[in-house]
Amino acid sequence: MTVDVDPRVALPADAKLRLVDCDIHPIVRSTADLRPYLDPCWHDYFDQFGNFLVSPYTEAHPYPKPTPALSRLDTWPPSGGPPGSDLDFMRAQHLDPHDIEIGVLQVLWPTAARQRNLGYAAALCSAVNDWQAAEWLAREKRLRGSIMVSQEDAGSAAAEIARCARRGGYAQVMVMPRNLEPMGRRRYWPIFQAAQEHDITLGCHVGGLNGYAVTGGAGHCSFYAEEKDSNGFAMEAMLTSMIFEGVFEAFPRLRMVAIEAGLGWVPALGWRLDDLWQRFRAELPAVKRPPSETLRERLWYTTQPADEPEDPRQLRDLFDWIGWDRVCFASDYPHWDSDDPRHALPVQMSQAERRAIFRDNAMAVYRLG
Amino acid sequence: MWKAAMPLTARPDFRDPAGGPPGGSLDLLRAQALDGFGTAIGICNPLWGTAALFSEDMASELCRAMNLWLARDWLDREPRLRGAITIAPHAPDQAAAEIERCAADRRFVSVLLPAMTELPLGRRAHRPIFAAAERHGLPVTIHAGGQYRHPPTATGWPSFHAEDHAAQANIFQAQLLSLVYEGVFVDHPGLRVVLLDAGIGWLPSFLWRANKTWRGLRAEVPWVTRSPADIVREHVRFALQPLQGPPDAAGMQRLLDHIAADHMLLFSTDWPHWRFEGRDAVPPQIPARLLPALLRENALDTYPRLRETIA
Repeated sequence: MTVDVDPRVALPADAKLRLVDCDIHPIVRSTADLRPYLDPCWHDYFDQFGNFLVSPYTEAHPYPKPTPALSRLDTWPPSGGPPGSDLDFMRAQHLDPHDIEIGVLQVLWPTAARQRNLGYAAALCSAVNDWQAAEWLAREKRLRGSIMVSQEDAGSAAAEIARCARRGGYAQVMVMPRNLEPMGRRRYWPIFQAAQEHDITLGCHVGGLNGYAVTGGAGHCSFYAEEKDSNGFAMEAMLTSMIFEGVFEAFPRLRMVAIEAGLGWVPALGWRLDDLWQRFRAELPAVKRPPSETLRERLWYTTQPADEPEDPRQLRDLFDWIGWDRVCFASDYPHWDSDDPRHALPVQMSQAERRAIFRDNAMAVYRLG
Repeated sequence: MWKAAMPLTARPDFRDPAGGPPGGSLDLLRAQALDGFGTAIGICNPLWGTAALFSEDMASELCRAMNLWLARDWLDREPRLRGAITIAPHAPDQAAAEIERCAADRRFVSVLLPAMTELPLGRRAHRPIFAAAERHGLPVTIHAGGQYRHPPTATGWPSFHAEDHAAQANIFQAQLLSLVYEGVFVDHPGLRVVLLDAGIGWLPSFLWRANKTWRGLRAEVPWVTRSPADIVREHVRFALQPLQGPPDAAGMQRLLDHIAADHMLLFSTDWPHWRFEGRDAVPPQIPARLLPALLRENALDTYPRLRETIA
């Protein structure tokens, strides 16, 4: 078996591959950093209440993570903030050594997605999006932002998408799968309408807690090891909903990326939905074609956490089924389970295949070229 | 319970011309599910929703009634039939007592649990069920659907039946993770679990993902000392229908290579549900080399009681 572990060593020097990393997590040094960006009418709420989430904790997670700040132990910047808070350290540790041509930022915390106070959620989105622009995008031309939106308030989300799209610098609108309702339902359609209208990609990054069991119908599980893998379940449910509700027919120019769910589940989801579509045609009038075709033609999938077949060559089977033009590299820097581009996909690929996965596919879906 | 007219509920030619409910006629079952496939033994898994009642007592009593009905109206009348013991998982002590009662009848060969539960099946409250099953050499079978205590998906209640069905694959995965990580197979090393109506297309990528996550997070579950894939391949079996796998033979061969455990697959028709056409209960893309094990030996190895009446 030939296992080739370094995408850049595998290439001749004159074709050195620069990467697009679809998932980098910046974070505030402290939540107080956001206050200057927050509409002053929310300052008292920010100081006195802050996060009010669908969770027992405001600043912690009921499935505790294995490392502080969910991050690799070597990613704490010497300047003192949490991992992902220091641009210079991110440059030195990640962007420069891995030859990142473009990196897409995804802000996970603090998040507007599950704020119960929708007014604060909208204000927080604007603050986070302005903070990204001022502290990251203005200072580093390799980085692109993600527009944080208040998913449960689609009207405000659409307005925020329009505001940020006019400013530029953002690669995508970012949503999370664990909504209050499956994402294909009509209350969320203004988000898709705005993304399509402004020709900006919709990225769905796993995460969030909505009060439902993360397993779906099995009930509340005990361990982070279970919760972590359930992220893929929510992504599958979200895509199922969007396909069966006819979102991709209603918004024919919508492009969507599934982020941090890996991609091993994609072929099986297509086989399953095609099978069910045959029997449930009468309740799915909006679905005009086999669902697997929509997964193949309208979605892109990021690699991390990289699927690890017992025989690494079987990764090629996954890519064959999903489509080599649909797979985009993501590192998830600086989180504990982040992927090193030199080692994450240990399977032999042609130069063209590597180039597609590590760069060109993301350039295409995010219109970065 | 869903409307009987739903296409998946019964294949058109499996419906009772006399107008009875799908699966309600022993004569049709004999002619179609047994004679139709040359079946020596068929295991009945009744799905009447008895376990979904909120009352522990009422649910347990209706489960008991169904087991009595299954023995009297089906097993007594057709020697090729065997039964699964229906129980209410949210009443574990009563469930264990019912397993004890039914286990004395050797025609009950398994315990039937729903995939959708109040708590994941690995949670400690359920241990009396697994202890009783292991004690009597009964595999625990988990069937799609169930109690509906939670929205089927982690994103809330979907609009369509088709989504509830699509979600089952993920619910099964969650149940396997729960059984593995809570240490059910550590405490009950003789236990076998059979997934019914789960599909198999998701199995290898699920195992790869679970192995990777376990390698990173095993400190959280230190009693799990073997990889999830090893544990699942040893303890868990899958009914073949619905396949929900690659439609072509080459793709199917790739999937079987990924699963790397032909012993896990058990023949099933899912009668009277509409899963296949004609007599293609074994989909044509399944290679012939699998048939002897798939049609017979794997089931005999999974359900020890079957060997009491069949060589």
